[in-house]
Amino acid sequence: MTDREITITINGLVKTARVEPRRTLADFLRHDLGLTATHLGCEHGVCGACTVLLDGETVRSCLALAVHADGHEVTTVEGVAPPGEMHAVQKALWESGAFQCGFCTPGFVMAIYGMEQERAAGLPCPRSRAEIREELSGNICRCSGYQKIIDGAEAVLAGEGDR
Amino acid sequence: MKPAPFEHWAPTSVDEAVKILSGLDDPGDAKVMAGGQSLMPLLNLRLSQPAHIVDLNAVTGISEVYRERDTLVVGAMCRQRTAERSEDVAAAVPLVVEALTNVGHPAIRNRGTVGGSIAHADPAAELPTVALCLDAELVAQGPGGERRIAAADFFDGFLSTALGEQEILTAVRFPVDGPGCGSAFAEVARRHGDFAMAGVAVHVRLSGDTIAEARIAVSGVALTPVRAADAEAALRGATPGDEAFAAAAAATSAALDPASDLHASGAYRTHVAGVLVRRALATATDRARESQ
Repeated sequence: MTDREITITINGLVKTARVEPRRTLADFLRHDLGLTATHLGCEHGVCGACTVLLDGETVRSCLALAVHADGHEVTTVEGVAPPGEMHAVQKALWESGAFQCGFCTPGFVMAIYGMEQERAAGLPCPRSRAEIREELSGNICRCSGYQKIIDGAEAVLAGEGDR
Repeated sequence: MKPAPFEHWAPTSVDEAVKILSGLDDPGDAKVMAGGQSLMPLLNLRLSQPAHIVDLNAVTGISEVYRERDTLVVGAMCRQRTAERSEDVAAAVPLVVEALTNVGHPAIRNRGTVGGSIAHADPAAELPTVALCLDAELVAQGPGGERRIAAADFFDGFLSTALGEQEILTAVRFPVDGPGCGSAFAEVARRHGDFAMAGVAVHVRLSGDTIAEARIAVSGVALTPVRAADAEAALRGATPGDEAFAAAAAATSAALDPASDLHASGAYRTHVAGVLVRRALATATDRARESQ
């Protein structure tokens, strides 16, 4: 129950803070750092809204403790593009109209962004619609906007030369 | 919602972790955390409120994957995504890779570990079923040193294993597939990534055109994953084909008596298990022929 000092690189900035060990990474981002773009839906790993990147890999920030990120790098949706600009993933979702209420959007952006980053690093990456659907099956949208979300993901992941 | 307060221990070695567990007044009030993908939901929902968390995420030396003659050793803290993408795992024990693609979602597998899933011992989970099917050995370290536990003796109840309160699972030892071996994993779940209503792991070794040995484990149908011993016996020495596979499916279903819950009735789970055994046997046999 002793507080722990942690240092995390978040969206390229080094942050040091004292946290209770039971603080989830999601609550740390939202409450302690004010990075409220990461949304919390179910808080037990089912909905995917709180997806962030930890050292370049997608993780559920509600299923990690803030102390787990000590000494590591975290990317949230605030960090995928400079302020006022959109990353290719955001742009593709924008252009395909992949939103209704938008609550699930940060999780989808980060899940697709994670895939896009892995593709850029030369790792195997889903490209077909069926593969993308399977890969995104861990993100839930309750407005039922899946088709347009997958349209957007497909546009990004297929890449220019593949269409 | 957040976990109830706990004392957080972050050892950097297995020895240190064991020492911490041994030094607690009540080690039964401690939980060992690996990737946390099963434990964190329980903590967040306060279904589990341990006084101590012994967190293995900073422990070094138990994430490696390596071959030891006819055994593939997978460190308990090897992330599931790492194992899924490992060429060594795919070449030596392809059943592990096939099963892993059914575990949760990529973001879960990036964090979840091979050892954590097995030590959690959810009866509907994939990796415990694979460990049971392959007769894997679980390596545990405790105050008295290291011991190996056969998978058949490891899963002893719902979310319960043979691990002592002061023991930590450090590695899983899978026998490596030889020539004539083939395997298959299949499950039926409501949605991709959900826990299975029923799932099967099948491993077949052919000798010429007869089945020298078949091993079948079924998930989601009892308090632990279970072996289909009657079906295995019926397949020994049989000629692979629709007839033998249908008989094995019937023998599997006949030995099961799963409970009903809101996801599926017991009768449905029994039926699905049989169908999956039949299909997985056909796939595993095809793969075994290719490897002869």
